[in-house]
Amino acid sequence: MSVPHALLGLLEREPHHGYDLKRLFDAYFAPDRPLAYAQVYSTLARMEGRGQVRLEGVERVDGPDRRRFAITTDGHLELERWLSEPLVPEPHLQAALFTKVVLAILSGRPVEPLVDAERHAHLERMRELTAIRRAGALQVALLADYCLFHLEADLRWLDVTAARVDELRAQILTVKEDR
Amino acid sequence: MGPSGSGKSTLLHCLAGILPPDGGSVTFDGARIDDLGEGDRSRLRRTAFGFVFQFGQLVPELSALENVSLPLLLNGVRRSVAEAAAAEWFPRLGLDGMERRRPGEMSGGQSQRVAVARALVTEPSVVFADEPTGALDTIAGEQVMELLTSAAARQNASVLLVTHEARVAAFAQREIVVRDGRVSGSAR
Repeated sequence: MSVPHALLGLLEREPHHGYDLKRLFDAYFAPDRPLAYAQVYSTLARMEGRGQVRLEGVERVDGPDRRRFAITTDGHLELERWLSEPLVPEPHLQAALFTKVVLAILSGRPVEPLVDAERHAHLERMRELTAIRRAGALQVALLADYCLFHLEADLRWLDVTAARVDELRAQILTVKEDR
Repeated sequence: MGPSGSGKSTLLHCLAGILPPDGGSVTFDGARIDDLGEGDRSRLRRTAFGFVFQFGQLVPELSALENVSLPLLLNGVRRSVAEAAAAEWFPRLGLDGMERRRPGEMSGGQSQRVAVARALVTEPSVVFADEPTGALDTIAGEQVMELLTSAAARQNASVLLVTHEARVAAFAQREIVVRDGRVSGSAR
């Protein structure tokens, strides 16, 4: 899971307080594993240091100060880069792939090019592993098999997601962004 | 590659001259084949193309050797020559001793290896394989793919493969994705 990119994706839509970001993150990306507030603020601080977000204002609403953050041009560029470049295929990518699909839907970007790019990157890696297993001893082949089966599972998930993307879009866009 | 019903088998059948396309054209070796008559397309399929389907589609009444010989016999090759050429495939595909068995007396993996031999015995330019491992377990499927791709490479034949299995697709050098009847993604 790439928390910084998920936060950039949320900030791309509109500026938010850290408090809102945590709630939106949990609603969209991790309903079963809520993000700690401390991680939101430390991530925002690092992103601010990298020039990807900036502090837009401080407000006080019934309690401590709330710092509102906005995405910067560098943040936009970093989000665009991350969304358009396929991840390095490796086992257990599902959480990051899921984040990409949800962000593409939230931002109105097409999902199919993203899915096709990920499928191509996965198949490239699977071709390399297939060549290794064809040339190698059984223990090498079995190690390659371990990776191949996990990559295949990712691809099956991608295909199922691509087939149900309209349904997913309809559900995601009805998530209530309670403030 | 593509989900069930996406049109990938239909595309393969159009490319192989089995089905005429509704639109567009199919070119093989510099010449259009979609506007050929059925007789010419049938001749092209017998001489330049080989086929492997999901369930082998071997003739159940014939022995494995006779099944492999069949495409050569249909091309007018003498039986003794055809059977001698067919027999050479059995050790190459790990089928020694299976020559006289009928399809019902062989496992699914063995039958598909016979189907691979039958597809390649005429030394075609292109082998069309439609879900060739779809009815096999993982290990038997990989043996078939290994034998199909390595034997085709030795003969300089291209393999055009339809599959929904990524592990099978990984034997290919490039993928074409078909979705809702259209080519959606193609990459080298």
